[in-house]
Amino acid sequence: MDVVINGEHKRVALGASLLDVLSQLELDPRAVVVEHNRRIVRRPALGEVTVNEGDAIELVHFVGGG
Amino acid sequence: MFQSRLMVGTGKYPDMDTMVRAIEASGAEVVTVAVRRVNLDRSKESSVLHFLDPKKIFLLANTAGCYTASDAIRYARLAREAGFNDFVKLEVIGDEETLLPDVAGLLEAAKVLVQEGFKVLAYTNEDLVTALRLEDAGCAAVMPLASPIGSGLGLLNPFSVRTIKRRLHVPVIVDAGVGTASDACVTMEQGVDGILMNTAIAAAQDPVAMAQAMRLATIAGRAAYLAGRMPRREVAMPSSPTRGMLD
Repeated sequence: MDVVINGEHKRVALGASLLDVLSQLELDPRAVVVEHNRRIVRRPALGEVTVNEGDAIELVHFVGGG
Repeated sequence: MFQSRLMVGTGKYPDMDTMVRAIEASGAEVVTVAVRRVNLDRSKESSVLHFLDPKKIFLLANTAGCYTASDAIRYARLAREAGFNDFVKLEVIGDEETLLPDVAGLLEAAKVLVQEGFKVLAYTNEDLVTALRLEDAGCAAVMPLASPIGSGLGLLNPFSVRTIKRRLHVPVIVDAGVGTASDACVTMEQGVDGILMNTAIAAAQDPVAMAQAMRLATIAGRAAYLAGRMPRREVAMPSSPTRGMLD
């Protein structure tokens, strides 16, 4: 199914959890903060939240800045 | 808590190795970081955290790039979720060219974030009243700018910074616009509690050398302030005796 991750259209498996999505993208859950449809999802809950068609996911981390 | 009054940003360095060496040379114990999307193209750079040890360096997340209170609040919440601390350098920008703060948005965001338990360090302008309102809103510190971010213009309004320091009870840390060591020194001479800079170091020809200069300048400025400077005069007063001159 289609979802939007960091502004880009991506395909993920039906029934995938947010944790599955991170695996698919080869991202370490400890290294990113996840926002799902504008709500922050805490790390322990990532495996419990199912992704649906059209969901907007933001994956952020710390970068250099002033 | 911290020994150093100099805080530095982690942006704009030519490479990560230079950044790490510059931070070390600066003696800074607090560094700022920004919150941005992970680059999903795995060939690109990874998080700045690969190069900083959160056990040795205090990470102060900023809300850089936010032009509304709701954006800044969103970014602050994301930053806190990274799990390091409850501190945030709150920026709500009002103008793209000058990056001057949007005071209304800043106050609104500050109130919400303080209520959510954040320790808010608010990037603000030279205005005393705004600084007082930020303090009233519960900000942990107020951060008046020396001059626009990245401008290197130094401390444009020493009077306003001195006034803010004199009137506020929370720490006052000057942020933005420092260009070279003398700027840092003059800023600290106003009596402020600390100083934050990024471009002045990162964009110097030799960032590591400049970081060292800034470390010294911050110490010198603070020492001069504590020493209590001599008064300024409009006319001369001789340093050598006026009596005992030859005929």
